[in-house]
Amino acid sequence: MDGRTGRDEPDAGRGTPAVVVDVDGLDRMIRGLARAGYRVVGPVARDGAVVLDDVDGVADLPAGVGDEQDAGRYRLTGVAGGALFAHTVGPHSARRFLSPPRRTLWSAARDGDGFTVDGPAADDPPVALVGVRGCDLAAIAVQDRVRQRSPHPDPACASARARAFVVAVDCARPASTCFCTSTGTGPAAGPGHDLALTELTDAHGHRFVVRVGSDRGAAALAGVPWRPATAADLDAAARVVGDAAGRITRRLDPARARDVLAAAPEHPHWDDVARRCLSCANCTLVCPTCFCTAVEDVTDLAGGHASRVERWDSCFTLDHSYLHGGAVRGSTRSRYRQWLTHKLSTWWDQFGETGCVGCGRCIAWCPAGIDLVAEVAAIAGAPGESGP
Amino acid sequence: MAERVATATAGSPTRALAGRTFPARYRVATRRAETPDVVTLDLEPLDDPIPPPRPGQFVMLYPFGTGEAAISVSGLGDGGTLQHTIRAVGATTRALCALGRGAVVGVRGPFGSDWGVGSPDLDGLDVVVVAGGLGIAPLRPAVHALLGRPRSGRLSVLVGARSPADLCFADELGRWRRRADLHVAVTVDAAAPGWDGSVGLVTDLLAAAPFDPRRTVALVCGPEVMMRLAARGLEAAGVAPERIRCSLERNMHCAVVRCGHCQLGPLFVCADGPVLPWATVAPLLAVREL
Amino acid sequence: MRRTDIHALLGEHPFFAPLEPGDRDLIAGCGTNVVFPAGSVIAREGDAADRFYVLRDGRVAIEVHAPGRGPLVVATADAGDVVGWSWLVPPHRWRFDVRAVTDVHAVALDGACLRAKCDEDPALGYRLLRRFSGVVADRLEATRIRLLDLYGAPAPGPAPATPGGARG
Repeated sequence: MDGRTGRDEPDAGRGTPAVVVDVDGLDRMIRGLARAGYRVVGPVARDGAVVLDDVDGVADLPAGVGDEQDAGRYRLTGVAGGALFAHTVGPHSARRFLSPPRRTLWSAARDGDGFTVDGPAADDPPVALVGVRGCDLAAIAVQDRVRQRSPHPDPACASARARAFVVAVDCARPASTCFCTSTGTGPAAGPGHDLALTELTDAHGHRFVVRVGSDRGAAALAGVPWRPATAADLDAAARVVGDAAGRITRRLDPARARDVLAAAPEHPHWDDVARRCLSCANCTLVCPTCFCTAVEDVTDLAGGHASRVERWDSCFTLDHSYLHGGAVRGSTRSRYRQWLTHKLSTWWDQFGETGCVGCGRCIAWCPAGIDLVAEVAAIAGAPGESGP
Repeated sequence: MAERVATATAGSPTRALAGRTFPARYRVATRRAETPDVVTLDLEPLDDPIPPPRPGQFVMLYPFGTGEAAISVSGLGDGGTLQHTIRAVGATTRALCALGRGAVVGVRGPFGSDWGVGSPDLDGLDVVVVAGGLGIAPLRPAVHALLGRPRSGRLSVLVGARSPADLCFADELGRWRRRADLHVAVTVDAAAPGWDGSVGLVTDLLAAAPFDPRRTVALVCGPEVMMRLAARGLEAAGVAPERIRCSLERNMHCAVVRCGHCQLGPLFVCADGPVLPWATVAPLLAVREL
Repeated sequence: MRRTDIHALLGEHPFFAPLEPGDRDLIAGCGTNVVFPAGSVIAREGDAADRFYVLRDGRVAIEVHAPGRGPLVVATADAGDVVGWSWLVPPHRWRFDVRAVTDVHAVALDGACLRAKCDEDPALGYRLLRRFSGVVADRLEATRIRLLDLYGAPAPGPAPATPGGARG
């Protein structure tokens, strides 16, 4: 690539001129993050899906891999042009790395007639997330606000979040399940990134328009060849995002959904959903904003050592609402209602915003093809029933 | 290797988290059987004590290797001593009830809202305490606090129990009954030979309690069905639902608004509660399986 | 106690106060002041139920006698409570024993006399029945709630799907 090689870091902050790097530049950036001590995580095509896993360089990214998604359906497809980010969102999200599915909070060891307590383990290396979409970037911020609601935020998660490096990517090929234009979270990557990329694969070459969101982002471009973005680059990038937005047809009004669900706890449509819902918890496990966890004691066989292990939990399990030998939410109807009403309605009461970022994962990964957008519409629309 | 709490130096980050994110250790100083399945433990701190709980708040108790349970504070002693009155109903509470004198238990807390009895707002108001079953446990420190300073309002303590043998703090109730500044009434669901007290529902005791409903705050704790009846009875007597404070129970699993288990509609009961005005919770409890 | 005192008492009583003054006059006319020492039997199961009581002071126990177990207290009633409705419904016989737990001061009201007046004046009968069904409904509710054994160890509800979570 011609132009400067980034000895000079582009200045950080809003209004900073965007720069352009090529595929090799992205590779250098990823390797540079690893050298700086980050565990670099990005999209990887594996087991029939694009999942998030460790990447050493661009060779690990899913070049030419796209996806088709619909209610209850997710398939990988080939995409011409070799784009690295032609896919949308798979089953994993940043949540997997910022509040892992299973981790030890603290542990205890027998000591005479008592025990000693070991505090939180030392911090893991910081994570650098490459390829984070606008919806997932918003989800990271939603999870931040959830964590801040705690009177005693988890120190390990707060630390992991504070040290995380985020390379966002604008969406070019939204899935049919996407509705980020409704939630205001995409297809362009919003604030909260260190770097944000728009991938271009036109006649002018495979390249990335890079917006710098932080000083750390600027620093990560040191050692990466870049040139200032031209007007043509910026136009091409804007077209990619504009075309993507135009292809998103699914609509959900978050403010209206809040009111509709707040008024509908006894709506007959919950029974209809309950007949289809398998209570499998898939939606909660793929959701990038779901935060429920459970903590269990794991003891060694000799009984001398016990660990308090936190794992992801789901409001679809009976254990979740366990109280004195029974579950408060014993029926699938009540558990689905809890999930959807929490996500779209009571989340506003708790955190001042919707809990949905429009990623559509819960639609695609529901084995019964339950579509929350359609369920809200059904509850809102039935005349003469409790929807407004 | 993480730093050991026991050897943590003052001011270290690990120490700052003790008692909240992971437990401070306490030793069982005394263990007293209240009823056949209810035990009161007096715990004295081995590590730095947790901040003093306010009446109505709860802590998470951890018997080694079993798990944590949310347990209300039933009394506060000198030197950071905590009292907890526990019924053995599950694995963790059975382990807690089985702890003997000298055993070590982990404590995180205190968590949640309190009865508000420390507030000068209550001066001049009548206070009616309605306790059903083990609901007396979190109310006991509230009564202690109300009796512990001069107030102009009247105080009534109404207690319902399953049977005379299931009555917790029976000796203390007897002492309270002899006080002139306190109206105490006790009723049981099922009498036993020799019981010449009241037999019936705790709400029956409202009729004879001295309070001016327009100037009354009610503190209610017990099984949810009992609290609904008590709130209904208090409302019928003219007490405003905003002035009826009840202590809710949900699955308080982490106690710090992380795990999501204790949600009741928009509420996180571990932090917004457990003590909440009836006006807030009545519409939520009216929705089945919420 | 004079009739006028009984009338005044009924006028202040939450059960009788909502009745029309004429009705109260009528009921007060059937009332006499009674005292039962602690331990005495006020009514016995199966006996003709010609009276009911407004308790002014003291506590009574409503009991069932079980051979070998003695009296089983079903409920107690205290000052302000109205005890007895068997006089109102056939076969007009007490369904439980009523015993004074403490010294009891009460107004005894002549149910047989009142019953006859109700038969003559069904509108009065309806008004009285409405008051008494409130007492019966409250007692029934209290009894049903007590049947739940709310304070006992909770009965298991729906079983959790997976073992493991720490339980209260």
